[in-house]
Amino acid sequence: MSFIPQSDNDGRTLLDAIGVKDFDELLEGVPESLRLTQPLRLPPALSELEAVRHLGELATRNQSCDEYINFMGAGAYDHYIPAIIPHLISRPEFLTAYTPYQAEVSQGTLQAIYEFQSLICRLTGMEVANASMYDGASAAAEAVLLALSVTRRRTVLLSRLLHPHFRDVIKAYIDNRDVEIVTVADDNGVIAIDDLKEKLADAACLVMANPNFYGIIEPVDQIPELVHRAGAMLIAVVNPISLALLKPPGEYDADICVGEGQPLGNALAFGGPYFGFFAARKNLVRRLPGRLAAMAQDATEKRGFCLTLQTREQHIRRDKATSNICTNQALCALAGAIYLVTMGREGIKEVAELCVNKAHYLQEKLCALNGISLACDRNFFHEFALELRGSARRLFDRLLEKKIYAGVPTSRFNWENDHLLVCATEKRTVVEMDYFCQSVKEVIT
Amino acid sequence: MNTPLIFELSSRGRKGYSLPKCDVPARLLDQTLGAANLREKDASLPEVAENEIVRHYIRLSVMNHHIDKAIYPLGSCTMKYNPKVNEVTAALPGFTQLHPFQPAHSVQGALQLMYELARMLAEISGMDKVTLQPTSGAQGEYCGLKLAKAHFDRIGQKRESVLFPDSAHGTNPASVTMAGFQPVQVKSNDRGILDPAALEDVLDDRIAVLMLTNPNTLGLFEREILRLTEMVHGKGGLVYMDGANLNALMGITRAGDMGFDMLHFNLHKTLSAPHGGGGPGGGAVGVKRLLEPYLPVPVIAREKGNGEYCFDWDRPYSIGRLHTFYGNFGVMVRAYTYLLMMGSAGLRQIAEVAITNANYLKERLKERYDLPYDTVCQHEFVLSGDRQKKQGVRVVDIAKRILDFGIHAPTTYFPLIVSEALMIEPTETESKASLDQFVEVMFQIADEVEKNPDLVRSAPHNTPVGRLNEAAAARELNVNFSD
Repeated sequence: MSFIPQSDNDGRTLLDAIGVKDFDELLEGVPESLRLTQPLRLPPALSELEAVRHLGELATRNQSCDEYINFMGAGAYDHYIPAIIPHLISRPEFLTAYTPYQAEVSQGTLQAIYEFQSLICRLTGMEVANASMYDGASAAAEAVLLALSVTRRRTVLLSRLLHPHFRDVIKAYIDNRDVEIVTVADDNGVIAIDDLKEKLADAACLVMANPNFYGIIEPVDQIPELVHRAGAMLIAVVNPISLALLKPPGEYDADICVGEGQPLGNALAFGGPYFGFFAARKNLVRRLPGRLAAMAQDATEKRGFCLTLQTREQHIRRDKATSNICTNQALCALAGAIYLVTMGREGIKEVAELCVNKAHYLQEKLCALNGISLACDRNFFHEFALELRGSARRLFDRLLEKKIYAGVPTSRFNWENDHLLVCATEKRTVVEMDYFCQSVKEVIT
Repeated sequence: MNTPLIFELSSRGRKGYSLPKCDVPARLLDQTLGAANLREKDASLPEVAENEIVRHYIRLSVMNHHIDKAIYPLGSCTMKYNPKVNEVTAALPGFTQLHPFQPAHSVQGALQLMYELARMLAEISGMDKVTLQPTSGAQGEYCGLKLAKAHFDRIGQKRESVLFPDSAHGTNPASVTMAGFQPVQVKSNDRGILDPAALEDVLDDRIAVLMLTNPNTLGLFEREILRLTEMVHGKGGLVYMDGANLNALMGITRAGDMGFDMLHFNLHKTLSAPHGGGGPGGGAVGVKRLLEPYLPVPVIAREKGNGEYCFDWDRPYSIGRLHTFYGNFGVMVRAYTYLLMMGSAGLRQIAEVAITNANYLKERLKERYDLPYDTVCQHEFVLSGDRQKKQGVRVVDIAKRILDFGIHAPTTYFPLIVSEALMIEPTETESKASLDQFVEVMFQIADEVEKNPDLVRSAPHNTPVGRLNEAAAARELNVNFSD
């Protein structure tokens, strides 16, 4: 086997040095009755060439977003990935390193994490951020767990327009406890303030998506104050690209800010690996889940970086840890950091503005067609929900013939309305969008 | 000299990106987004040119130890070589450019890969069904405990506690608490394994699950495993295997045959997906038929008639969803590629060489270091630095000194039941020469402890930074750079 640098001869030498006559003596602890007597029933081993060919064939059995014009978003966004990102994260020094437990030989990873944390803070306006979570949904779930533990309350408010899969994951993380999930209704696409007021008493937190599931920007003029006056915490679930332009959660007084990091330099990749980011107020730093890198010094006062506040974590605190997370999504977070650095202060705004302009162009053009309108006429970022005369799923299916992924029909979720969520990123061109509108027109008439 | 931070390289007006001009009419953001919603000040991201960014990250990268450079004998972490072909297959645009909400008929290749990977994992572990959704070992544990909870809820039993031995990984008790169970720790016996008598003392019908790592974190096979699983089943409980150490078992024996009801795999350890400096991982969970109804949604299935691969959402007893989409698909592609290339004989060879390498190191190193459990080991073993501690040198010092030789230190101070623990796992991808070099380094350090202990206590000396003052770093916490 090409990854096992041991010849038969080496094997014999090692067994002799150990002092056993054959390998089976090393299985002395494994009861005889448990040892396999037959080979595992697996496909016959392939050479590298055959494996590459087989995987290549599987890949061609997918119709990717390179072959279709993609207007799907709903939590996974089709942004351009600058060439330096795959190049740099493929460096074996980043790719094949373990968790940076030995700081002195992990300074690359540790400094990169420290910079990642700082970049997330700058984008979100929050004071501290951790090294990453599995994805946006688990980051939101961990934020809820933190709020439950801080407030010692038992009601969790979720905005109705939180991504339904975030809701599902939050539920799976807290339904072992004596906790109630309450949905805050929306008023034509944004949180209904009256309903929020009514439900806030004794709530641990409000989880607010902004932009929300329908791409709509939540006016945050009243919500933070209402939430805090009730003694609850505000958890903002954000799209990182949108924060180039939108008021960051740190500015509107959110306690915790989480989100899906995929739009920052990570491929669609059929849903993963992505990364979740988790940022908070400074006074919550000792309660954060997951890893945290800090600036440090050696004996000569040279600057270095190490993992810190590890007494929060499972390998030290065991059953009292703030979370069970150990492995995170480090390499995806590194891609996210390189993306933020590459775009920089101006580029991130340019990307966001391209998204906004294109999405609005597309929305107006689509809504000029007969029988198509916005589900909620509100300010949106780069995604919008359409109300159609017929079923959204049927329109989606018909546009497949035109090699268009028209959006995400909300009927695929446990969702009361049949809408089509359409997203345009900087990757979509005016030609593609005009073709989309033309095609929609053809299939609906 | 300090390595500059990316923020220290920033200069107003530099740019590292290149974007197309807007090809639609530009709008006023006040109107599209709403004036009140706009951010007042720019996010102060650095401004650096592309070539300078590349140099920055290359400067950082060369400060890392990594498996492509030299041995990485971290016990319980299975730092094996990551085949380069995995990166080629995982980067195929037919995989990377798939949106998770594409309809099933447009992702048949991806679904087939997931379906077949799950079946291979089931065969390797002797389980009936596998979910690929959990993204890490810890999330796999959480998933398993939720499956157990769903099972007991459905049959109307209230069971509050979960057992695990004192040698367990920290994630086990942490997952137990998160899943809403009471953690109960059981003492290992003087041979380092779980004794049926010790289990008898704590076992009753309030126990939901026994979590066991096998081979355990001492690298010892739980030789009473059949008796242990039988006892738990006798009280109506379930048994979970932490599969972190699966590298020692593949092709030799199977968790399902030992009586385990469920286990997690670490695709990033056992199945060669790279660890990426801390992730992403893959924590697939295998279960026996009994627990299948509770698996997370969606389950990847095949249509009855035409055999097309599909998502099965109709799972009324499911625990729900642990990931926004289907888990870390890119990691699955790597594990699948690896399994295809290994086949049955290759997996068996992995386990054999991993076990042989560990026993060889153990036999050689016990000359100079204490070996508290002196018996045949599986893929790893645990030394104690007690002898060196008496000479005033602690295991943390030994670990730091190892770094000076361009190799990585073993896991230290774990498992907790061994004082001054050094947990060593060479894996199958180290040659005899590489193992011998490690032995030589360990012997030289043992000599230094006797003759020049200060050299060891003040280590490391040849690393990008010296030993960092972690206590001061935690006290004067700086986790977010402000310029």
